[in-house]
Amino acid sequence: MTRTISKQAEGAMAEESSENIESIAASEPIETSVVIHLVQQEYPAAILSTHRHRGDETIALKREFIQPICRLLRDHPDCQFEMMVDLTAVDYLMVETDLQQTERFEVVYHLRSLSKDRRIRLKCPVPEDDCQIPSIHTLWDAVNWYERECYDMYGIHFEGHPNLTRILMYEQFQGHPLRKDYPMDKQQPLLELNDVEERYHYGRFE
Amino acid sequence: MNASELTTISAEELKPVHLPGAIIPAPPEDSDTSIMRIEIGPAHPAMHGIVRLTTYLDGEQIVGMVPEIGYLHRGFEKESENSKWIQVIPYTDRLNYVSPVLNNIGYSMAVEKLFGAEIPRRAQFARVIMGEISRITDHLTCLAACAMEVGGFTFFLWFIKAREYLYELLEQVTGGRVTINWTRFGGNSTDFPDGFLKEVEVRLEKVREVIEEGDQLITRNKIFIDRMKNIGVLSKEKAISYGFTGPLLRACGVPYDIRRADPHLVYDELDFEIPIGEVGDSYDRFLVRMEEMRQSISIIEQAIDKIPYGPVITRERYLGYPDKKEVYGSIEGLIDHFKMVMEGHHPPAGEVYQPIEGGNGEVGFYLVSDGSGDPVKCRVRPPCFNYVQAMPELALGHYVADIIAIFGSINMIGGELDR
Repeated sequence: MTRTISKQAEGAMAEESSENIESIAASEPIETSVVIHLVQQEYPAAILSTHRHRGDETIALKREFIQPICRLLRDHPDCQFEMMVDLTAVDYLMVETDLQQTERFEVVYHLRSLSKDRRIRLKCPVPEDDCQIPSIHTLWDAVNWYERECYDMYGIHFEGHPNLTRILMYEQFQGHPLRKDYPMDKQQPLLELNDVEERYHYGRFE
Repeated sequence: MNASELTTISAEELKPVHLPGAIIPAPPEDSDTSIMRIEIGPAHPAMHGIVRLTTYLDGEQIVGMVPEIGYLHRGFEKESENSKWIQVIPYTDRLNYVSPVLNNIGYSMAVEKLFGAEIPRRAQFARVIMGEISRITDHLTCLAACAMEVGGFTFFLWFIKAREYLYELLEQVTGGRVTINWTRFGGNSTDFPDGFLKEVEVRLEKVREVIEEGDQLITRNKIFIDRMKNIGVLSKEKAISYGFTGPLLRACGVPYDIRRADPHLVYDELDFEIPIGEVGDSYDRFLVRMEEMRQSISIIEQAIDKIPYGPVITRERYLGYPDKKEVYGSIEGLIDHFKMVMEGHHPPAGEVYQPIEGGNGEVGFYLVSDGSGDPVKCRVRPPCFNYVQAMPELALGHYVADIIAIFGSINMIGGELDR
């Protein structure tokens, strides 16, 4: 009957990790670049713009390049973004702004590299009339549900997703609630009882 | 175990589907056996929150699982986009309702980042102290519930009693136990009352005693270990790929803590260790959380020693509300207050992502402002979302009763999961 973590090992490893991370932080503030340069070199046609606002590095991409670029960022030894932290979309309808949007939607990815200790944000504009973007579910396990949520909330289709169904809303829900043109006080039609029972008995995948 | 629904499905009815986040088994080859589908939840007494796990069983062994979420969806993002920036703070209380302070702090920090503003040092220390108290309440609740569900009821009562000590502390500062609405942009709404920090030390000592007592009671208990050890194991690589953060990732052996990796507030001035596990099973998660509570206590004690005197909210007029004294005593104060309440804050156009180490993992706020005073986007990155997605992976091959131990140890919080 032993504890899985011995106190000393714990301390030692924590110390080690802290030293490691401190040394990275102390080396120098990362001058954007390493990541952005790499993407610029490999896929010069893909980048729409880059910026760094309040310390957050951002690359705006053409959507057709999202898969290869994500793969590059995950696998390249200089990047190693092992974690897909967040995936969501923004609806810029009716936003009068200096953010300069060309398209209505923008799918936003946040990646995190644990070994290189950095974050990056990728953004892909998606037009309203062709509301789709390639799925990246093969690259990180976490993507699956995030893409489903994004589809549920914004109606953006992720091409190649194995199970693009609603996740927070129910199947019969009409519309996509986080679109700016979905009214706050809209009421949904009541469900027929039969629908519920049928679904309950036979499950949704069969 | 009671189930809401029992159905027996013949092998032919099952289609072999294997999806990440939903595993449905292929039909067994010999036609004598059949796979049973059992619906656990949405409202099951041994489940932490409202979530449905459609579980496929071969005998008592789990061969497939489909989690279904969304039962507590309240439209947090939609509500936020239709509110003023400051009106979102009370909504954030309801995300992870076991550690509301941390959500408050995370959201306020995100808006401050949008403004590019610094907050007074005393406010930063106050946030650290309150945040860590909140983290302890989170872990106490999680461990207590987890232990209760596998049969340790005494442990539950002790820990909930300890949590009560801390809730009373939060109450002294904020006036509320759960829905506290404490932080403001540029600082905190209230300073600590007189003698509060002394009181904190006294109560932390009591909590520490309870933790040690609980540790002696359960950590080496044979039954508890049998229920938790090697249950719900996930490898390091898988955990990172699933986007695990917080205690769950640390239990897998990755020393990733946002308090150290993305230092915020004054965490870089405080000394603490990051406990990590080895195997990544339920028992490791238990141990990591136990150790984190001790570390939190140490952080609070250091912060109490170092906390300076000074204002708790910034004097910048674009960010913080003026004092009540000024509002009632001077025309400028009155006008400022009026404009701030009626028109709201106007962060400059831009977008930020602010992560914070929540009780349960990385809580991230992604905010987009167009400078008009209404949020364009107010997104929360919920840590539980990834954990529940990985449930099939964690539970596969175990028995039905193990679902309780696994689900207890991932500490799903409905408010945060479904938003």
